[in-house]
Amino acid sequence: MGVFTMPSLGADMEAGTLVEWLVKPGDKVHRGDVVAVVETQKGAIEVEVFEEGTVQRLEAEVGKELPVGAPLALIAAEGEEAPEPATGPAEKTPAAPEPATGATEEMAAAAEPVAAPGTGPSRPEARPVPAVPPARRGAASPAARARAAELGLDISTIEGSGPGGAVLLADIEAGARGAKGAAPKPRPAARPMDEMRKAIAAAMTRSKQTIPHFYLSQTIDIEPATRWLEKRNADAEPDERILLGALFVRAAALAAQKVKVLNGHYGDDGFVPSDTVNPGVAVALRGGGLVAPAIMDAPSLSLDETMAAMRDLVARARAGRLRSSEMTQGTITVSALGETGAETMTGVIFPPQVALVGLGAPQTRPWVVDGAIEPRSVVTLTVSADHRVADGRQSARFIAAFEALLQSPEDL
Amino acid sequence: MTEKDFRAIFIEELTRVAPDIDPATVSDSDHIQDDLELDSMDVLNLVAALHDRLGINIPEADYEEIATPALAAAYLARVAGKGN
Repeated sequence: MGVFTMPSLGADMEAGTLVEWLVKPGDKVHRGDVVAVVETQKGAIEVEVFEEGTVQRLEAEVGKELPVGAPLALIAAEGEEAPEPATGPAEKTPAAPEPATGATEEMAAAAEPVAAPGTGPSRPEARPVPAVPPARRGAASPAARARAAELGLDISTIEGSGPGGAVLLADIEAGARGAKGAAPKPRPAARPMDEMRKAIAAAMTRSKQTIPHFYLSQTIDIEPATRWLEKRNADAEPDERILLGALFVRAAALAAQKVKVLNGHYGDDGFVPSDTVNPGVAVALRGGGLVAPAIMDAPSLSLDETMAAMRDLVARARAGRLRSSEMTQGTITVSALGETGAETMTGVIFPPQVALVGLGAPQTRPWVVDGAIEPRSVVTLTVSADHRVADGRQSARFIAAFEALLQSPEDL
Repeated sequence: MTEKDFRAIFIEELTRVAPDIDPATVSDSDHIQDDLELDSMDVLNLVAALHDRLGINIPEADYEEIATPALAAAYLARVAGKGN
């Protein structure tokens, strides 16, 4: 019997609110199935299960905030006791911040839903997941929808404060208070974006306090890449166009494959390199905040597929529909400032990862090419790395590999 | 369709890409990247949405021509008038 628990969806998460069950007792589940939706400080996350079996019992009630590790459901493996008749969520669900009680050895094992890097599903499209509605105006978390329906509120009249303007549970509660014309407290509740800011601050403080960062930078000629991209996109319809950022993510994934010491997780037992490269792509959310969901096994994707994966991630990040594996199985982060703006970015490593690749916006600069000076488009790449794991030499190898890859964009 | 219609469509698609933007607060001269903070993925999504809706394929070389609602309305009206 396995206990499916509230997962840790990142170094910055302590508790989450269960907002929707996508399975019921008696349902068969497979590794990678999305079984529940949990609202965190970084929006609603679709949580996957990492075992096979039959859902025996739902332990947690929708709407409850639960600490990381709290039991959510019991899952019987093949051949184990037949599932009991369908029952509702158990009454005794602990509420946050109480620690999970009644922990068993099984539960302790299951309390690490975050698969070690490399053991996760290899391709995003290989996972059976329910259809996710595209990010549209009116995006809302499932909890917000459920609560709005309960209160008889029209969700389209509520202003969302979540990623991409998505309506969150707190917005509905605030809307309900407003509708009654009686706000119970003079001080408004913390906005979800404030919560995200706190989460980022906590994770980045922990990173800076525990990871001895060091940095290597190099300015790279990307004229071949930008020229190739311009030509490729000139005749392409918008849906088929590729952004420079996709070339960066692809090159970083291939470079990380060569320099394994920058790709993996640092845990209690030290550094464990990952067999796969799952680059986390930093996505700035409108209205503030940042998430870095991962593209699974990025080296196996073509450039077009990498771009498609990035579009999908950005859309779901803004609608608040990322998946738990994407939040936890990143093995290195790529953060690019986009196509305009500052020229250098020196980033903070996202634990438990050990490296972050920061890319400034491209700049036109005088550059020496074949002994002559000419204007070229260049970009400054800065690798932030963990000195417990790597030295300058390895970071330099990464930069050299990245640079070489961008000189032949047609081969990416 | 008039420029005013194209402006309305542009704002509608813009606020669909960036739902936090209140259409009532967008001025004709707001730059979609510098003022409204769209990033390159947002701009691509906006261009794709306009393509789906109007059948107008805006090449990358013309992105500057849709940088503000006023520019975009004039550009879309001009291109639509040519039968794209």
